[in-house]
Amino acid sequence: MSETVKKFLYVNRKAPYGTIYAQEALEVVLIGAAFDQDVSLAFLDDGVFQLTKGQDTKEIGLKNFSATYRALGDYEVTKLYVEKESLEERGLTLDDLQNIEYEDEDDDYAEKPSIRLVTRAEMAEVMADQDVVLSF
Amino acid sequence: MGTLHTVNKSPFQNQTLLSCLAHAKDGDAILMIEDGVYGATTGTVVSDALASKSTDVTLYVLGADLAARGIDAGRMAEGVTSVDYEGFVELAVTHDRVQNWL
Repeated sequence: MSETVKKFLYVNRKAPYGTIYAQEALEVVLIGAAFDQDVSLAFLDDGVFQLTKGQDTKEIGLKNFSATYRALGDYEVTKLYVEKESLEERGLTLDDLQNIEYEDEDDDYAEKPSIRLVTRAEMAEVMADQDVVLSF
Repeated sequence: MGTLHTVNKSPFQNQTLLSCLAHAKDGDAILMIEDGVYGATTGTVVSDALASKSTDVTLYVLGADLAARGIDAGRMAEGVTSVDYEGFVELAVTHDRVQNWL
């Protein structure tokens, strides 16, 4: 594709099953991945709940889409910024989140972590560095 | 020049305005619209947070949404500028990006 590559940030600030936002964000990210742009995801506030381990939706009649985050690497979506303060406020640490990795094709397909833990100030920097910010 | 942030939820319903204030960079603009305009009134639990940021970011409120909710100019917090729809568009085009805080 010869068009200019833009930096897209998808901002996730809501918990996964109470509203449809989180699932819709994932759908849009996967669609957007087809356009060869520079894509990042941000998880802050209740958005950090989207990435927790052990989600089981059998008894609430909703699709468990949490495994989809682990597939993002296959679509070259490899930058998942997670805000440290948002985790801490909710009594969470990185250990409570899924292990999400991607294969780095420039490094002999070594498995590397997609989650990048950032402070609130660093998250503000990430947001300010984008061409397009899409909020969910 | 910087980011235009929009906030459309009441700060008494959730933490969205506070999160926006915590992530906005110096020189950014924050425009309160829809139920977000309740955040622009004086003497509230978020007044201090708003005031402490008002020197670093420019605060705006959409006049039409204030009027719709019967909030008169006298109840607006200091340092908040009311804009009309044209002003909203002007803010959108004069900033590098728009970030909506939903």
